[in-house]
Amino acid sequence: MAIAQKEPLSVADAPVKVNKQKTNWTPYYFLGPPLFIYLIWIIGPVFYTFYLSLTDWDGISPRAEFIGLENFQKLFGSIGSVLPSAFEYSLYNNLVWLLVFITVPTAIGLGLAILLNQGLPGERMFKVGIFLPQVLSFAVIALIWSWVYNPRAGILNELLLIFGWPEDNLPGWLADKELAIWSVIFAAAWRQIGYIMILYVAGLKNVPPTLMEAAEVDGANAWQRFWRITFPLLTPVTTIVIVISIIDSLRSFDLVQIMTRGGPANSTSVLANLMYIQAFNNYKFGLGAATAVVLFAISLVFIIVYLWRVMQDELEF
Amino acid sequence: MATIDTPNAPVLNRKRLTTAQWLTVLFLLVFTLIYMIPFLGAILTAFRTMDDISLNGFWSIPGELTLRNFPEAVQRAGVSRFLLNSFIITIPALTGTIFLSSLSAYALARYKFAGNKFLYFMYVAGTMLPFQILLLPVFLLSNNICVQEAYELGQFVLNVPFVDAKVCLYNSYLGVIMIHIAFQMGFCTFVLRNFMRSIPGEIMDAARIDGSSEWGIYWRIVMPLTLPGIAAVSTLEFTWIFNDYIWALILLSDGRKFPVTQGLSGLQGQFTTDWPLITAGALVATLPTLIVFFALQRYFIGGLTLGSVK
Repeated sequence: MAIAQKEPLSVADAPVKVNKQKTNWTPYYFLGPPLFIYLIWIIGPVFYTFYLSLTDWDGISPRAEFIGLENFQKLFGSIGSVLPSAFEYSLYNNLVWLLVFITVPTAIGLGLAILLNQGLPGERMFKVGIFLPQVLSFAVIALIWSWVYNPRAGILNELLLIFGWPEDNLPGWLADKELAIWSVIFAAAWRQIGYIMILYVAGLKNVPPTLMEAAEVDGANAWQRFWRITFPLLTPVTTIVIVISIIDSLRSFDLVQIMTRGGPANSTSVLANLMYIQAFNNYKFGLGAATAVVLFAISLVFIIVYLWRVMQDELEF
Repeated sequence: MATIDTPNAPVLNRKRLTTAQWLTVLFLLVFTLIYMIPFLGAILTAFRTMDDISLNGFWSIPGELTLRNFPEAVQRAGVSRFLLNSFIITIPALTGTIFLSSLSAYALARYKFAGNKFLYFMYVAGTMLPFQILLLPVFLLSNNICVQEAYELGQFVLNVPFVDAKVCLYNSYLGVIMIHIAFQMGFCTFVLRNFMRSIPGEIMDAARIDGSSEWGIYWRIVMPLTLPGIAAVSTLEFTWIFNDYIWALILLSDGRKFPVTQGLSGLQGQFTTDWPLITAGALVATLPTLIVFFALQRYFIGGLTLGSVK
């Protein structure tokens, strides 16, 4: 009771703070320390990479020569030669990776989410099993799949032998120029599916069961219910899923680095990996920075789509 | 908060599953089992010997099961040291990320000021950056933030003759910790800011009227109410930082400081054909994140969905 009496009193006593002229510095005190670190470690470096991409710096000599767009000319000029350059391979592989990522994990993840949204027995167990790879590090996934793909005694080729595959004609997987990139992408997609499934499981919660029941009463079959009700209602989730898949595909580095290092003969090179090799193995900082800028430019398109989506969420408030 | 369960899915009477539903369950069972073959296969491999596998093939019934690979991986291959390094990096990085992000999240969620939206979008955009755009400058930065006096200090105080007169962020745990804090701040700020926005403003107004300082409001009112959000991002961030590979690769050169991800990738070169040893090491390396996932599953999944779909 004492509190109840005191409260209105303190409200009356409190000085009214509506002086609009004076800037309130409080938020800046809170923002200061994190923003300082963010500017030095993230924002500054983005711009510095742009600068480096216009130089021929080798990382060792004291001075870097400004060479304009020469690095970019070198990269894009290498496209279309008889032997595909590492850059050309990288662009192509990133594109393949991207296309696989926006289709395969999305479709399988959505399918699983729908199957696992009916309250069937064992649902939780299935979800955990499929989500599990997402918890593993890329390093562990790279090792596991290197063992699966191992041409000598690996899990996959041993299985092929059981099914009567001729022993002298077993695929080399990661050692095969044609198959290697697909093998790496497959391992990456294996990790991705669980994530996409969980996003859709969360999204399906916004599909009211009553709507489905009403459609069922009206005689819509499962196929129609999916395409006419569920899928359109999931559009916001699908947008996010596609953007995340694209960004993840462009970020792919760890698997390639550990499983193949871009080989055999550059056939699994991706931009992220190429940049690392140029800069840290060949000491071509300028060229590496230019490759990073190309990768950034591609990502930026999708970062903007993502921001636009977040901005729409903001307007709903 | 979303969980891995589907609470509002229609509850089926388990006795009356239709044939179609039984077939779905069967399909899901087979699918999940096939899906997990690489993982289950790795577990099985870790308990076998390479002789057995190369002689009889992977799909043979194991002649003998052995636990020998695990102590071997932990001691001889150094996985225990790598794991310790991972924790030395992850725990401070996680604490720093959460604390600093909560500061900026509070400012962005609770104050109107010039540039609020701009800073918010800057953090959101940062979560999507490809690492490659940061690699070279962060590498150079870490090589240039140094303590010059380390030599004198080492001789004078510790009586240790240092070979290198400079101690830099490069090849130090702190260097890796700093980039993790900075990079993960974007995602955490994004999630925590949205979480803090859902706290009713009246609570804070009441505290302000009672004479609480702005810091007091943040620390004693907003932070406790944000704990579920913090739990969600912490479980996720723990996994992400623990599983990092690229930053340790760029910023560490001393093998004794390698985290477990980088240590593991080295095992493959070192023990090329001893797959039981390699998979045993990989499984041990995965244990911390697996434990976190199974213990805090609800928060883990919640964090994932909080961060992307609202």
